[in-house]
Amino acid sequence: MTRKVLMQGNEAVVEGAIKGGMRFFAGYPITPSTEIAEMAALKLPRVGGRFIQMEDEIASMAAVLGASAVGTKTMTATSGPGFSLKQENLGYGCMTELPCVVVNVQRSGPSTGLPTSPSQGDVMQAKWGTHGDHPVIALSPSSVEETYHLTIRCFNLAEKYRTPVILLMDEIVGHLREGVSIPENEQVDIIERKLKERPDVFHLPYHVCEGEYVPRWHLTGYDVRYNITGLAHGVDGFPTNNNEIAGALVTRLVEKINHGYEDIVTFEEYMLDDADMMVVCYGGTARSVKTAVDMARAQGIKVGMFRAITVWPSPEKELKALSKKIKSVIVAEHNYGQYSLEVQRIIERPVGFVGKVDGTVITPDEVLAKIKEGR
Amino acid sequence: MDRMELRLTGSGGQGVILATIILAEAALYSGKNAVQSQSYGPEARGGMCKAEVIISEDEIGFTKVMKPTFLLALTQESLNKFGATVDENCVIMMDDSLVEIETKAKNVIKAPILATAREKVGKAFTANIVAVGAINKALGLASFENLKEAVMGHIPAGTEEINIKALEMGNDLIK
Amino acid sequence: MASKLIDKYMREDHLPHIWCPGCGHGILMRNVAKAIDNLGINQEKVCLVSGIGCAARAAGYMDFQTMHTTHGRAIAFATGVKMARPDLEVIVIAGDGDIAAIGGNHLIHAARRNINITVIVFNNDIYGMTGGQYSPTTPTGDYGTTAPYGNLDRPFDIGLLAAAAGASYSAKGTCYHVPQTIKLIEDGIKHKGFALIDCLGVCPTYYGRKNKKGGAVEMLTRQKENMITAEQAYKLPIHERESKVILGKIAENDFPEFTEEYQKIIDRLVKQNG
Repeated sequence: MTRKVLMQGNEAVVEGAIKGGMRFFAGYPITPSTEIAEMAALKLPRVGGRFIQMEDEIASMAAVLGASAVGTKTMTATSGPGFSLKQENLGYGCMTELPCVVVNVQRSGPSTGLPTSPSQGDVMQAKWGTHGDHPVIALSPSSVEETYHLTIRCFNLAEKYRTPVILLMDEIVGHLREGVSIPENEQVDIIERKLKERPDVFHLPYHVCEGEYVPRWHLTGYDVRYNITGLAHGVDGFPTNNNEIAGALVTRLVEKINHGYEDIVTFEEYMLDDADMMVVCYGGTARSVKTAVDMARAQGIKVGMFRAITVWPSPEKELKALSKKIKSVIVAEHNYGQYSLEVQRIIERPVGFVGKVDGTVITPDEVLAKIKEGR
Repeated sequence: MDRMELRLTGSGGQGVILATIILAEAALYSGKNAVQSQSYGPEARGGMCKAEVIISEDEIGFTKVMKPTFLLALTQESLNKFGATVDENCVIMMDDSLVEIETKAKNVIKAPILATAREKVGKAFTANIVAVGAINKALGLASFENLKEAVMGHIPAGTEEINIKALEMGNDLIK
Repeated sequence: MASKLIDKYMREDHLPHIWCPGCGHGILMRNVAKAIDNLGINQEKVCLVSGIGCAARAAGYMDFQTMHTTHGRAIAFATGVKMARPDLEVIVIAGDGDIAAIGGNHLIHAARRNINITVIVFNNDIYGMTGGQYSPTTPTGDYGTTAPYGNLDRPFDIGLLAAAAGASYSAKGTCYHVPQTIKLIEDGIKHKGFALIDCLGVCPTYYGRKNKKGGAVEMLTRQKENMITAEQAYKLPIHERESKVILGKIAENDFPEFTEEYQKIIDRLVKQNG
């Protein structure tokens, strides 16, 4: 076994990204995600990749999509205010089906808020931040080692489903240093964009093969010239006002993710087998919840943890099934109650809630108190 | 081994953040789990500075210090602030230039960390490495070899000798 | 019969274009095609990026690798394209609102960075797509639907702005001066570094009508009559320059190009790491 390397969460993002195939990064400095840009600037040219610090957050998102449009695996990273600024172009990425990874190391908001303090206040923004109906995949790590692996997975999902994938981090994990075992190359699965095989559809950028949901890719600069646009478009990539075509496009964009549910959605279950109570959480909050569950178990309370690793699409099927046998459900998150609404929608009954918006971390004691109250 | 929660405090520029990183790394090399975190913002560039490392044989859940089992204070201000809130099981290591305070901690170690770096090693900036040596010896976190390796990974080329000297002298401060 | 230029460089399936009768954009689009044709660049290696607005629609009509992106951001998208594929000839077509208002920040920074992108501005002094609002190049006192009492802003000179921001090539063309403008675009594409050609357009539908400037013919005639060279222009004080139509190069310098400089870093590091 290789020895673990001490690494910061933000650093693990870059290590994972490069392993996952990232060769272009565009960014703009913002706390608490800046280390990601710094590391990308340092490491990318060493592997033949390129880094650029753009003039603003909007430009970084645009540059990343531009590079993706010519076939490169790309990433940008930001925090709260920057994530807001990126939203329009993020929607362009969804609409034009350009793979990329967008890291949001969440910080306390709204507005400038508490720049160095943890928060999970952007979880709904990750889903609904850009205008219009659109597909979203967002993964949220709870440890530095998981950050490394989930970043690789973000790249794989982005390429497979041809959509921007959000790595929804929080300051708790972003600024944490922890041991990571770096796997050998052959232990890592890397997914590349599926290429078109039929020459008769090379010129149709959004042609979808029978039985598939995701259009295949054709390399830029060879044989054919096609158009891509953020306007509603047909399989030929040109703008259309045809309502039927426009409707079918948005439907397919959303359905390609729904169709991949089993593949995309991952989660962690902890001490749930005999539990009559569960705490639902995601990201860095899980660190407090797991400790609280251990404390409660030591006191004979049958409580477990359900952690959404894929935050969007939400682990709907699993939560629904668990809610049938576990009567009491609590949601813990660093906001005023966002994902709790989603859990409530899924399980169709009220949930208990532990939240914080003062920039401090939810402590295991606070979760434990709620567990005891909820019994 | 129970969960050990170390809080290292001082003023910005004394290198307490690097000290926690080195301790975490040495613990990892010794097969233990470790998490390190620090205070961000203006305080990291002067003013009071706090960094934490948690070390355990078991998986580490909550990443922040709940009840410090160890406190290092390199300035009076940080000793006054953090020393006052610890409980009796916490070991305090304070620089011997500081004035003792009222605390519940039963075990208070006064060590000439700053003076050792300044006078014996001959470079004030090695105080954090002296501290790392002393802390490791006092708490038995990692082997000296693992600690040395962790230090070597973080120092500028050309300063190896002086830093190893600082580490050894720190180690020797604790009997 | 369609011209050879149309056959080769236009997507005839997607014509006729949406531009109004008398609009100068068709002339400017042809100029771009002609410049590329004169240079003999492989069509597959041209990536044309545009933002939003009337001018931006050119990307859909021209038969290259084309990307119709978001309002103001074409240069930022193009920067990503150029960074990922320095082998591609990256060209941006943009209107005055797109490039100098919402996209103004990207313009000055790309100029400063001197990345090898050619920006061709179809500058008609008005927001056409949204129906005639004043733009960053509308002269002071002129009218737009959002300047019913006359425009209070002073206009940008986009060519001068780019040059001041560090563009290593900046020039001004017009709809009327076709051969000269084609040559300026050609030189801009050939130029290694950030190049901008600010082409004075004609919008009879909104700008012309709102400001009683007559139809397309009158507007084009005015371009012909009021023409002075760029050299003459920059000796004039700005208030005297405003009524003139300027033609020619403002800047042409040999500055280090961004992607080439970056490649040097890669080469050095890759060599070091074996």
